[in-house]
Amino acid sequence: MYIGRVQVAGPEKLTETRVIANHEIAPGIFMLSFPREFDFIPGQSVWLTVDAAVPPRLYSIASGSGDPRVEILYDLVPEGLLTPRLAGLRQGQTLMVSSAFGPFRDEEGPSCWVAAGTGAAPFASMVRSGLSREKTLIHGSRTIAGLLNRRLFADALGERYTACCSREAAAGVFHGRPTEWLTLQRLPLASRYLLCGGSRMVVDCRDIIIAKGVPFENVIGEIYF
Amino acid sequence: MTIAQLGKVAEAEGIPAYGARQIGDWLYRKNAGTFAAMSNLPKAVRESLAARYAIDLQPPVKATASADGTRKYLFGAEKGGFVEAAWIPEARRSTLCLSVQVGCKMGCLFCMTGKQGFQGQLSSGEILNQYQSLPERDTVTNIVYMGMGEPLDNLANVLDSLEILCADYGFGLSPTRITVSTVGLVPAMRTFLERTRCHLAVSLHTPFEEERRRLMPVENVYPLKEVLAELRRSAIHGQRRVSFEYILFDRLNDTPRHARELSRILNGIRCRVNLIAFHPIPGTPLAPSPREAMVQFEAHLREHGIMTTIRHSRGQDISAACGMLSTRELVRMKEEGDR
Repeated sequence: MYIGRVQVAGPEKLTETRVIANHEIAPGIFMLSFPREFDFIPGQSVWLTVDAAVPPRLYSIASGSGDPRVEILYDLVPEGLLTPRLAGLRQGQTLMVSSAFGPFRDEEGPSCWVAAGTGAAPFASMVRSGLSREKTLIHGSRTIAGLLNRRLFADALGERYTACCSREAAAGVFHGRPTEWLTLQRLPLASRYLLCGGSRMVVDCRDIIIAKGVPFENVIGEIYF
Repeated sequence: MTIAQLGKVAEAEGIPAYGARQIGDWLYRKNAGTFAAMSNLPKAVRESLAARYAIDLQPPVKATASADGTRKYLFGAEKGGFVEAAWIPEARRSTLCLSVQVGCKMGCLFCMTGKQGFQGQLSSGEILNQYQSLPERDTVTNIVYMGMGEPLDNLANVLDSLEILCADYGFGLSPTRITVSTVGLVPAMRTFLERTRCHLAVSLHTPFEEERRRLMPVENVYPLKEVLAELRRSAIHGQRRVSFEYILFDRLNDTPRHARELSRILNGIRCRVNLIAFHPIPGTPLAPSPREAMVQFEAHLREHGIMTTIRHSRGQDISAACGMLSTRELVRMKEEGDR
């Protein structure tokens, strides 16, 4: 089941929680977890910060809706205000977090997901919540190590999972960006398309998908602003 | 630099606090090109300032003129890339449209700038340079922050630039002559409304949430209903004006159903709606509404008491839709680099 209670939360509605774990899972990419004290729909996000002095930012939830802890993935941005502070958090330290928020979600039926980097998080949440039938994932990263949750996706989606890596080559991995992979494919026109990642990736993939004849109404982008 | 920043410069130079105002006066009101020209500052201070800082106005690298009088200027950005400014003369005023970012993160389906991706923030100096270096600067009566980038995603630099434009130590423009546009970043919008008296323009484009998500990914984060709730909470009074920008797309958002819903959701907000003809961009699945549909849409809103204007398209022959000129320049440079 992946249906939960829809909540809308703004960044001003934050509550304290405690860090369960905070690890660097690939160079420059961290996974942070804290107790799940709210319901959410896979694909939703939370506002998160270290204290009231640092403006919160929005992060997609990567864990399943039935998991006891909430996991989020983040890139360390050395010049950023928040992520260097986040990266320094240890188990038991305080974190400010909102309830789950946002309409980026999928339903039963055929969908094509496209993700890059930490943009894989909402799709990891969907898979962990049991939503994988008729789903295809095009998963991009600059490095092999940055293909977050690759094993999870490969096991759940089988041949409907395509890993793309632009800077490194590996067996079973398309050498190039998701945009290049999409350009080479015939795309199902009636599918839904859910895209998640940085603005350039989302916009470029959206343009390719629409140019191939998919109605733009079928394409939803979640941009990490 | 704002007066607070100039104050720190004055303090570092060991001159009285009013020195900050003197420097601002030379920079912004007297348009001094060198520190040596700041004749009411001690000579040693002028020399020290010249050694530490530069008054470095950057002229546009390219200019194009439309048959309708609109002129578009391309400026190089410090961190690479280009931004655009458009000067739009009309019978009784002339408007400068400024950029605030190189590229944009917002990814709106109808916008050319988003196709460049986000390449960087403009400093307040780079934002103001588009005004200071404009050949027609002395004719400018109005400024709109509606060029490349999302102004409220570069809030600190936009606020600094607005302070300098409006302050008496700065350019002394009336805030009622300045409009800042946004897709609706709610926390930043709140700060903008609290800290300035400038007008606000919200990009709306459809009253329906699901449609807006497909046109504007920001709807996932800041839904229109929250934007409108924030505007209802904020004190919009006096001469401050809130407008909603609404690009009309053929059979997508120009129907009577859309006009009815738009009038419903704007009920109770003192505002105006600007209807804008779509400038098609390459590869877009969207088409401009026919003139007749635009007129009917306008009539419906007016009948429901909403002040509504159909904006005239300007500069279509010079790629005046924001992002088109700079994208072409980037493509040209890339092609030259590839050869």
